[in-house]
Amino acid sequence: MEKRQITVPLMADLAAQGETPEILFWVGCAGAFDDRYKRVTRAFVRILEHVGVKYAVLGMEESCTGDPAKRAGNEFLFQMQAATNIATLNGYGIKKVVTACPHCFNTIKNEYPALGGEYEVLHHSSFLQQLINEGRVKVEGGESYKGRRITFHDSCYLGRANDIYEAPRAVLEALDADLVEMKRSKANGLCCGAGGAQMWKEPEPGKKDVNIERTEEALATLDGNAAALASLYGVESGNQGATPAPKANSQGSIIAVGCPFCMTMMSDGVKNKERENNVQVFDLAELVASAEGLNA
Amino acid sequence: MLCIPSIFRPEPQLNFPSVHFSIQNFLFLLVAIAGFGLFAWQARKIRANILVGRDRDMSGNVSERLNKTLLVAFGQSKMFKRLTPAFLHLIVYVGFLVINVEVIEIMVDGLFGTHRFLQFLGPLYDVLMATNEILGALVIVAVVAFWWRRNRKPPVRRFQGPELRMWPKLDANIILYVEVVLMVALFTMNTADLKLHQLRGVDMPGTFPISNLLTGLFPSNEAALHVLERVGWWAHIVGILCFLNYLPSSKHFHIIMAFPNVYYSRLVPQGQFSNVESITHEVKAMMDPSYQVPAPPTAPDGSVLAPTPFGAKDVDDLAWTNLLNAYSCTECGRCTSVCPANITGKLLSPRKIIMDTRDRVEEKYNSPLIFNPSLYGAEAKHDPQETLDKENHTLLRGYVTPEELWACTTCNACVEACPVNINPLESIIEMRRFLVLEESAAPNSLNVMFSNIENNGAPWAFSPSDRFNWADDLYVADKETVVRS
Repeated sequence: MEKRQITVPLMADLAAQGETPEILFWVGCAGAFDDRYKRVTRAFVRILEHVGVKYAVLGMEESCTGDPAKRAGNEFLFQMQAATNIATLNGYGIKKVVTACPHCFNTIKNEYPALGGEYEVLHHSSFLQQLINEGRVKVEGGESYKGRRITFHDSCYLGRANDIYEAPRAVLEALDADLVEMKRSKANGLCCGAGGAQMWKEPEPGKKDVNIERTEEALATLDGNAAALASLYGVESGNQGATPAPKANSQGSIIAVGCPFCMTMMSDGVKNKERENNVQVFDLAELVASAEGLNA
Repeated sequence: MLCIPSIFRPEPQLNFPSVHFSIQNFLFLLVAIAGFGLFAWQARKIRANILVGRDRDMSGNVSERLNKTLLVAFGQSKMFKRLTPAFLHLIVYVGFLVINVEVIEIMVDGLFGTHRFLQFLGPLYDVLMATNEILGALVIVAVVAFWWRRNRKPPVRRFQGPELRMWPKLDANIILYVEVVLMVALFTMNTADLKLHQLRGVDMPGTFPISNLLTGLFPSNEAALHVLERVGWWAHIVGILCFLNYLPSSKHFHIIMAFPNVYYSRLVPQGQFSNVESITHEVKAMMDPSYQVPAPPTAPDGSVLAPTPFGAKDVDDLAWTNLLNAYSCTECGRCTSVCPANITGKLLSPRKIIMDTRDRVEEKYNSPLIFNPSLYGAEAKHDPQETLDKENHTLLRGYVTPEELWACTTCNACVEACPVNINPLESIIEMRRFLVLEESAAPNSLNVMFSNIENNGAPWAFSPSDRFNWADDLYVADKETVVRS
């Protein structure tokens, strides 16, 4: 198949030409620096290029939204970051922001308005859902996920924080995969352990790391391992849900995520459980780009 | 004839519903005034305790708030995430609401010497009394189930935490015992009254399906039945008045406080953390030297008030809504049972933070209590109070340790789980703010993250000039580009 090189449009260049993009793609620090999440950024840009939406990124003008500082209690640093970013965004007259990071999404959408930054903000799961609904992405022509077992791990800052539960599931349903739900999902979802600035510090002493607990749940759900689920939930389980049928061959099961920190935590968990050979962790954008056959 | 004090031996009241004043009515008036008066005194002190919190404007959005109160508080919508306890709780809750109609009748009867004042309702009275009796019996069943869930070995997991020993454990059981006593008193009153009527061949207003079954157990002696009826009546109403005054010392206060607490709970997305306006002014002034920072608040005499600290060190640094939260908590532990930190064995328990807040506000300010329970003992204290000097004996450190606060992932599971919309996360963040902004006491790794953001614009130590490297050598398969319609 033919491939073409992408020159990612920078906002500064567009502005110099007097153009305005339809969306500003907010890459986020993980999307820009974390090797694993850079692949998600690149997958999402492939989708943007493929559908021909007019987009731009800030490139080196982008700076941390301040989310980890704010959750850690450093309100001063957060507001400094917010003021800088809002000045940049307002300077370019940005109206619509799309990001693949729920933390950036939550911060820009909910916490920037009080500081003078008002934009329409979308998480990439909602944006991908729109593209699929409009038929601009058909989720075909690439790798087939038909029948593969996938479970979606809700990110706290997408789910409980902003009540977005259906968009990522709608994207996964378009893959025609065998979607199974963990009992602790949606509003009852269990954190991966990285939120609230935990990503940058060692956990407090305890009997287990949060990402291990969550990975065990995801693996047991993918495997349909009722015994493992029972021991995880204990006798007093809050949620009554059915255990998925056991998966005879769990080859190629997938934990789907929509957040760079969840990606790190779940990948580490799968590694810790020595299941990398048959369970992979993918972001929604990666699954869509690969199903659409955009990788080159 | 039994020898009983004259107040327990009123004139037979069979030509209902005529009015018979006796010394009992006067006595009841005194008891009611004392009961309600004492409660009003306690309520005033609790109101003052809540208002030591920082001001926060929660006015407006009345219809949205009322809707939420109807759904979450009256409708118990969040209870139904767990069906078994939700169902048991619903019985006790509906029982409480409906039986209170009978309490109104008891009060009127007590004050005016009427007998079963509501009987003018006719068939509706039959339905009301029958519903009461059936609910009363179900309440006893539910209370036994509740007791079993808390006292079996081991109890339900969320009733096991270290903060739930000593007084909180006893408190939970006292509530259950009192509820049984109240129900038994109600049945004693009804059954004795019913049997008295049967002995005299008079129809009693109302339908009493449970008491009908119990009449056989009661003596056929009119005087004894009179005594039993009066004992049941007095035990029920005095029990309720005592219980009312026990509430402020107890987690059971939630039966009142849940309503204002839900009404005043946040309407914004859970992910939106509060903005610190004083910092916004500072940042604006730094970015734009011409920016006029508003004048600091002044005391009535014109002197400038000392600036409030960033974040919260003690209960009076929290918002009043956070303190309202503390008085609304029924210590059910749903928050703690879904907390990822707690599930994986860290010290953090959102319930403990809320309980600590209530204990501390009552320690520092007026204790409105008749009972002043000795908190929950040293077991749950991670940092012995004795080691702290007076200045550091505050909510932060005196009760809640930094280790608990730093274990929080800010995932909002506790907020989502709370059936009465308590928000432990807000208090956690306020205390983190104090640690970071006033004491520079963040864990070292977080200080590294802060300086990375300051210097590199990213929480990791990457060079800002590498920020756009992800776009290098990027290719896309050139399928036919979908043209926008």
